[in-house]
Amino acid sequence: MKVNVDADACVAAGQCVLIAPEVFDQREEDGVVVLLDEAPGQEHHDAVRESAAVCPAAAIHLVES
Amino acid sequence: MNRIVIVGASAGGLSTAEALRRAGHEGAITLVGDEPHLPYDRPPLSKQLLSGQWEPDRLALRRPADIDALGLDLRLGASATGLDLTEKVVTLADGARLPYDGLVIATGVRPRRLPGRTGVAGLHVLRTLQDAMSLRAGLRPGRRLVIVGAGFVGAEVAATAHGLGAEVTVLEAGPVPLAEAVGEEAGRFVARLHDARGVRIRTATAVAQILAVRDRVSGVLLADGEVVPADDVLVAIGSTPNTEWLSGSGLTVADGLLCDEHCAAAPGVFAAGDVARWHNPLFGAAMRIEHRTHAAEQALAVARNLLDPDRQRPFAPVPYFWSDQYDTKIQAYGQLRDHDEALVLDADAARPRLLVAYRRAGRLTGVLAAGVPPKTLRAWRALIAAGAEWSAAVAEASQEYA
Repeated sequence: MKVNVDADACVAAGQCVLIAPEVFDQREEDGVVVLLDEAPGQEHHDAVRESAAVCPAAAIHLVES
Repeated sequence: MNRIVIVGASAGGLSTAEALRRAGHEGAITLVGDEPHLPYDRPPLSKQLLSGQWEPDRLALRRPADIDALGLDLRLGASATGLDLTEKVVTLADGARLPYDGLVIATGVRPRRLPGRTGVAGLHVLRTLQDAMSLRAGLRPGRRLVIVGAGFVGAEVAATAHGLGAEVTVLEAGPVPLAEAVGEEAGRFVARLHDARGVRIRTATAVAQILAVRDRVSGVLLADGEVVPADDVLVAIGSTPNTEWLSGSGLTVADGLLCDEHCAAAPGVFAAGDVARWHNPLFGAAMRIEHRTHAAEQALAVARNLLDPDRQRPFAPVPYFWSDQYDTKIQAYGQLRDHDEALVLDADAARPRLLVAYRRAGRLTGVLAAGVPPKTLRAWRALIAAGAEWSAAVAEASQEYA
């Protein structure tokens, strides 16, 4: 799985960080998404999919391998 | 559970369909939407889309290929007109009958309108892409926009329209904008954001009538007889759940479709998003939430409970919303309405910055922040989710925040 984030679209809701803290973080100053792991291990896939599903800006894109 | 019908093709409906597929549902999914567009995102309508920063194609919630991959029976431009719970059939306006084994109702809300005039050029509401494009066409330097209602939609549009050079006046019936939703302290903070830029929010101002000349808006008549001239008028006075099509179905409608803690309105019938009034066990209260993140979260819960009826789980989220006005982001967690106390922990109108904690009975139930790094709110969210006792929570979170 490959993860892409669109920082321009991100609204800093932080939903992804709540669900998959090993893969996503937020910038200190404005809360915009920071991708910690663009190819997360299998054990994180479900959480990453859920993060993409609930992202209120549709800013997380997944390429499933 | 072979055939699932989802009525409503916005964030809630689409997210439900995706979650069903992710969970392995291979049966038929019919997704019914009354707008002609593929599912799109609404929060940018009052911000990036209205400002012209984004064009409509940027609002698509998913790429067409991703929608195709879901293998949906997609019925766009189709509205549901009836539901027969006994026969398990949804009826559409064109007469089509959609039998289902499982049903998800995600028909959302529509803007409330003022009684009287309709079909007058320059008189707007804001809910759909078409609404936003029509409003956008009239916003430029020298044009006068009058907004009726200083809720979040009205306030965001005021900020965006001001940025486009329009002359903006907001008319608000209450003494403080947003007071019912977020309390007077936060409401006054929002009012100051606008005031500082010369956008006037006229509070305690009752509207009598929209005025028009030759089928074109000319202004707003106030209850005291004053006329506020306008080239465009936006009516932003809240919304009404789209539940008329359920009347006579046997489901209970009371400002939204009434659901239990599993988001079920009847066996095999669930609701998600703005239209659902469900029991949130975290707060022990029935809630209907019109926030973007809520629609997607509830959709996930609905998909899970629909596919696994014997092991349904209660849906007990901490609600969240954000609002962007000028360069200030407002964020809030929890239940802010009906609070017993709103405690201002930090306020600096010049920066601008605000932090308010909300108490109901002996419990921390909500937090609202503006001009604060979003990450600092996580500690507050965790305390709200844990049902933390008020004074200990405020002490702990304040420490974390400082």
